[in-house]
Amino acid sequence: MTDWPILSTVTFLPLVGAFLILLIRDDGEIARRNIRNVALLTTVFTFILSLFIWIGFDNSEPGFQMVEEVAWLGGGIAYKMGVDGISMLFVILTTFLMPLCILASWVSVEKRVKEYMIAFLLLETLMIGVFCALDLVLFYVFFEAGLIPMFIIIGVWGGKRRVYASFKFFLYTLLGSVLMLLAIMAMYWQAGTMDIPTLLTHAFPAGMQPWLWLAFFASFAVKMPMWPVHTWLPDAHVEAPTAGSVILAAILLKMGGYGFLRFSLPMFPLASADFAPLVFALSVVAIIYTSLVALMQEDIKKLIAYSSVAHMGYVTMGIFAMNQAGIQGALFQMLSHGLVSGALFLCVGVIYDRMHTREIAAYGGLVNNMPKYAVVFLIFTMANVGLPGTSGFVGEFLTLVGIFQVNTWVALFAATGVILSAAYALWLYRKVVFGVLSKESLKGLLDLSPREKTVIYPLVVLTIFFGVYPAPVFDATAASVQALVNQVSASIEAAPQAAAAEPAAAAAPAAAH
Amino acid sequence: MYQAIVFLPLLGFLIVGLFGTSLGAKASEYITSGLLVVSAVLSWVAFFTVAMGDVETFTVPVLRFIDSGTMQADWALRIDTLTVVMLVVVNTVSALVHIYSIGYMHHDPHRPRFFAYLSLFTFAMLMLVTSDNLVQMFFGWEGVGLASYLLIGFWYKKPSANAAAIKAFVVNRVGDFGFILGILGVYVLFGSVDFGTIFANAATYLPAGGHGAEAAAGEAAAHGETVLNFLGYHLDKAGALTAVCLLLFMGAMGKSAQVPLHTWLPDAMEGPTPVSALIHAATMVTAGVFMLARLSPIFELSHTALLVVTIIGAITAFFAATVGLVQNDIKRVIAYSTCSQLGYMFVALGMGFYSAAIFHLFTHAFFKALLFLGSGSVIHAVSDEQDMRRMGGLRRLIPKTYWMMVIGTIALTGVGIPATVIGTAGFFSKDAIIEGAFVGHNAFAGAAFVLLVVAAAFTSFYSWRLIFMTFHGTPRATADVMHHVHESPPVMLVPLYLLAVGALFAGFVFHDYFIGEHYEAFWKTALFTLPDNHILHDFHDVPMLVKLAPFLAMLGGFLVAYHFYIRSPETPRQVAQRHRLLYQFLLNKWYFDELYDFLFVRPAKRLGYFLWKRGDGWLIDGFGPDGVSARVMDLTNRVVKLQTGYLYHYAFAMLIGVAALVTWMMLGSSF
Repeated sequence: MTDWPILSTVTFLPLVGAFLILLIRDDGEIARRNIRNVALLTTVFTFILSLFIWIGFDNSEPGFQMVEEVAWLGGGIAYKMGVDGISMLFVILTTFLMPLCILASWVSVEKRVKEYMIAFLLLETLMIGVFCALDLVLFYVFFEAGLIPMFIIIGVWGGKRRVYASFKFFLYTLLGSVLMLLAIMAMYWQAGTMDIPTLLTHAFPAGMQPWLWLAFFASFAVKMPMWPVHTWLPDAHVEAPTAGSVILAAILLKMGGYGFLRFSLPMFPLASADFAPLVFALSVVAIIYTSLVALMQEDIKKLIAYSSVAHMGYVTMGIFAMNQAGIQGALFQMLSHGLVSGALFLCVGVIYDRMHTREIAAYGGLVNNMPKYAVVFLIFTMANVGLPGTSGFVGEFLTLVGIFQVNTWVALFAATGVILSAAYALWLYRKVVFGVLSKESLKGLLDLSPREKTVIYPLVVLTIFFGVYPAPVFDATAASVQALVNQVSASIEAAPQAAAAEPAAAAAPAAAH
Repeated sequence: MYQAIVFLPLLGFLIVGLFGTSLGAKASEYITSGLLVVSAVLSWVAFFTVAMGDVETFTVPVLRFIDSGTMQADWALRIDTLTVVMLVVVNTVSALVHIYSIGYMHHDPHRPRFFAYLSLFTFAMLMLVTSDNLVQMFFGWEGVGLASYLLIGFWYKKPSANAAAIKAFVVNRVGDFGFILGILGVYVLFGSVDFGTIFANAATYLPAGGHGAEAAAGEAAAHGETVLNFLGYHLDKAGALTAVCLLLFMGAMGKSAQVPLHTWLPDAMEGPTPVSALIHAATMVTAGVFMLARLSPIFELSHTALLVVTIIGAITAFFAATVGLVQNDIKRVIAYSTCSQLGYMFVALGMGFYSAAIFHLFTHAFFKALLFLGSGSVIHAVSDEQDMRRMGGLRRLIPKTYWMMVIGTIALTGVGIPATVIGTAGFFSKDAIIEGAFVGHNAFAGAAFVLLVVAAAFTSFYSWRLIFMTFHGTPRATADVMHHVHESPPVMLVPLYLLAVGALFAGFVFHDYFIGEHYEAFWKTALFTLPDNHILHDFHDVPMLVKLAPFLAMLGGFLVAYHFYIRSPETPRQVAQRHRLLYQFLLNKWYFDELYDFLFVRPAKRLGYFLWKRGDGWLIDGFGPDGVSARVMDLTNRVVKLQTGYLYHYAFAMLIGVAALVTWMMLGSSF
C-alpha cells in the first residue's frame, strides 16, 4: 500500500475507461449498452478503489499523505500528488457521485452516448486531480481543464438555451482563471517553486498578499459562486442535463471552497484577515438575496440553483471565520451540499425525464401516484432546509458557531437563512408534491424505477447517516484543520503590521453599523 | 430502560414507515400503539423510581454527534425529575392518542402513514425532553416541528391543510432563528452547550446583589468585564446572560405559540383531531415551557428576561382568551384555549415559579387532550362537522362523550372549593399560577395577576359556551346528519376515560409533590431557584380574596355563558351587533394574520421578485456577461462591416497600411 501510487491510479483510472469507450464503435443499441456498461463499471471500480484512500488515511496526521512525486517540466514544476484531511473527502465524494451520474444518464441521454460518457470520465479524472494535485501548475491544469468537459456537456447535451448558458459559464470562469494564472506566475517569481507544501510554509510579503489574494479570489468566487458573480449558475443548471447539474452542484462548486482553504487562507493569511469582512458581507448578501430570489422562482432547477448559492454563502462565511468550528463546518457543509444538492437535482431529473418540463406550475399532487418519490424528495428538501438529523444541519450550525465568535452581526443575518430556506423549499415541495392530482398529463406517471432507486437511495442513507453520526468526517478533517487554523493565527500574530490592521478591520464593520 | 423508552417509538416509526404498506393498516396500528404502550408503562416506572424515589440526575450516553474543537455535543439522555415528568406526559398522552386514532382514523386509507408520523413525533419529543445539551434539544425541537408539519398537512389534498403546515413550520423557524443564536451565545459564554457544564458555570454569573430588590443594583455593579460582543453592544455578564435568555425565549415563543408568534397554532387545527390533541395541546406546544424550566439555572439569573417572559405570557393568556370567546369552530376554541393556558405557564416561569409551570403543563396535558379527543368524538359523530353553529342538542345522543367533555371543562376552568384540597386538576395548577402572580416580585406581576384573572373568567365563558352550543339547545344540524349521530366505539372512549381520571385527580394526587410539601424531595436538583425566591412559600399565604378571585372569575364566566346560550340564546347576537367593531376585531383574531401578510409576506415576495429581475437580470447580467457579450457583438459587427469581401478593398487597405508603415519608419529614422 505504501509504494502503490493509489492517488494517480484513482485519478487516471477513468481515463482508461474513456479510452476503452473510444475503441467501441458507436453503432446501434448494443454498442451503446456496452458504452454505458464500461462507463458504469469504470466509475464503480474507481469508487471502490478510492475507498482505500480513506481506509489508508491516517486521521491523526495533519500533513499530506500518500504523496507521489515525479519531475515533470523541469524548473520547479513537478507532477506531485497527495491528500490531507481537507482534500481527501472531496476525492471520495467525487468518485461516489460519478456512478450515480452515469446511472442517472442511462436512458435520458440518447444522442452521442459515446462522447457523453467520455466527457464524464474525463471530467472525473480532472476533478479528482484538482483535489490531489500538490503542484500549483498541475493544480491549475486540472482546475482549468475541468471547465472544458463541463462546457461541452452543457453546450451539447443541454436544454434549449444551452449555448447561452455555456458561454455565460465560460465567460465568468475565464475571467477568474486569467487573473489566477497571473497570480501563479507572480508566486513563482517570488517563491521560486510551484510545490504546494513548500508554498504553504512560504511567507509571502505583506504588500504582495492582497493582490495575490484578490487574483485567487476572482477565480474561486466565481466557482463558489459568490454574490454577485453567481448569475451563471442558475442558467448553467437549468440548461445542463441532470447528471451535469449534479456534478456542477456537488463537485465543481466545491472547488472554490477548496481553493480558499488550500491557497487563500494558508498562503495569504494576512490578506485573508484583511479581506474577511468583505467575504462576510458578500456571504450574507448571498444568503439573504438569493434566498429571496429563490422564493419567486418558477423553474424547479433555478430554485435549487439559487438555494445552492445561499448555501455556499454559509461555506465562505465559515471558512473566513478562520476557526476550527467555522472551517470544519464549512467542509462539512460542502460535503453535505454535495450529497443533498446532487440528490435534489437527481430528484428533478426523475420528473423531468417523465414530463420534459421544469416548470413548477406544470406539477402538483405527485404524492398521489409517486409516494416513494415524495418521501425521498421530502428528505432532501428537509436536508436542504437544514433540519437536524440530516447532514444539512451540521455544517450550517457549525459555520454559525464559527462566525458567531467572530462577528455577531454576520451570524444574525446568516441565521435569517434558516427562515427563508424553509419558506422557499417547503413552498416548492407543496407545489410539486402535495395537492390533488388534477393535471391530466401527470396521471400516468410511475413511481421510482429500480434504476432510479439505485441512484437515489444511497444518497438518502448517507444524508441521514451523516446527519446523525457526522463523527467520521470530523475525525478525518480535525487534524488538518487544526494545523491550518494554528498556522493562520500564528502568521497573523507574527506580523506586526497585521496586528495593527486587524483591529482596524474589526472596527470597520462595527463602525458601519 | 431509558433507551427503550426513547427508541421504541423510533422503532415503531421505522417498521411502519418502511414496511407499512406491505404490513397493512391493522398491523401498523398494533405495532406502533403496542410499542407506545410499552414506552408509556416504562415511563411511569421511571417516574416512580426517579421522581418519587431517591435518584440523582444522571446521563445515559448513546452516540457521538458533533465534535469540532471545543464544540462538542453528543447524543445522550439526561434523566432527572423534570425529564421523567415529561416522559410520563408525552408517552401517556401519545399512547392514548395512538389507541384513540385506531377508531378515529378508521376510514382513512393512509393509516400506516398516520401512525408512522405519530410515532416519529413521539420519538422527536422524547429526544427533546431527554436532551443532555442544547444541540440535541434543537434536534428534538426541529424533529417535532417536522412531524407537526407532516401531520398538519396529513390530508395533503386540502390546500388549507398544506398552507397551514407550511405556516406552522415557517413561523416556528422564526422562533428557531432566535433559538440558534441563543445556542451560539450560550456556547460563547459557557464554552459548552452541555447542560451539566452550563449549570455548573452558571453560578459565576450570579448577580452580585442577593435579594430581588437589590438585584438591579447588583446587575449594575457587575458592569465592567465584557464577555460578549453582541451586535455592537459590549455586554457584561448580566447583559450577556439576558441577551442569551431572550434569544432562547424567542425559540420558546415560536414553539409554544406565544404572541406574536402564535398565528400558526389555530391554523394547525387543519390536521386530524388526534394530532391536535397530542401535538398542539398536550406535548409539542409545551416544549417552550419545558425549555425554560430546563434552563432555569440561567433564566433565574436574569430578571430582565423573566420580566419579558411574564409580559409575553400574560398578554398571550389574555389575548387568546378574548379570541376564544367568539370562535365558532369547535377545535379553534380549544386551540385558543391552549394558547391561553400556555400563557399561564409562561407567567409562572416568569415569576420564577417553575414548578407551577410544569405542574400546569402536567395537568393541562390530561384535560386538554381530553377536550380535544372529546371534540374529535363529537366531530366523528356529526359527520365531520366542526362548526358549532351547526351542532347543538347532542347531549342525549352521545352522553358518554358529553360527560367526558364536561369533565374536561371543569378541569380546565378549575372547579374546586377554594382554600381546601377538593378540586379538579386545573383548580390546583391554574390557581397556583394566579396566586403566584399575586405574590411575585416581578415588575409586571400585578398586571399579570389581573390579566390572568380576567382570562380565567373568559376561559370559563368560552369553555361552557362550547359545551352549551354543542350539546344543549335544539339541534341545528340537518336531519340527515342528526340521523347518523352515534356514540364513538370503545377504542375511542377508553382513552377518554383514562384522561378523565387524570383530569379529575392529577391535581389532587400530585400537588404536594410538584408545588407542595414534598417539593425538595420530588424535584431534587432538576429546577433551580435562587435563595431569595420564596414564591413557593408565599403563594400559600395570599389573602382569601385572592384565593377566591379565580373561583369567582370561573363562576362569573359560567353564569354569563349559561345566560347567553341556555336562558336567552338571542343575547349573543344582540351583543355582537351592538359591539360590531369589537366583535369583528376578536373574530378576526386581532388581525394578526393580515398584519403579517402586509408587513412580511408580501414585501418579501416583492423584494425577491425585484432582486431577481432587476438585481440579477438587469444589473448583474446586464452589465456583466450579457453586456460584455453585447459589446463584443457590436464590435465584431463593426469589424464585419469593414470586411466587405472585395479584393480591391483589402488591397487598398493594405497599400495604405504599407504606406503608413514606410512613412513612420522613414520619419522615425530621421529623428
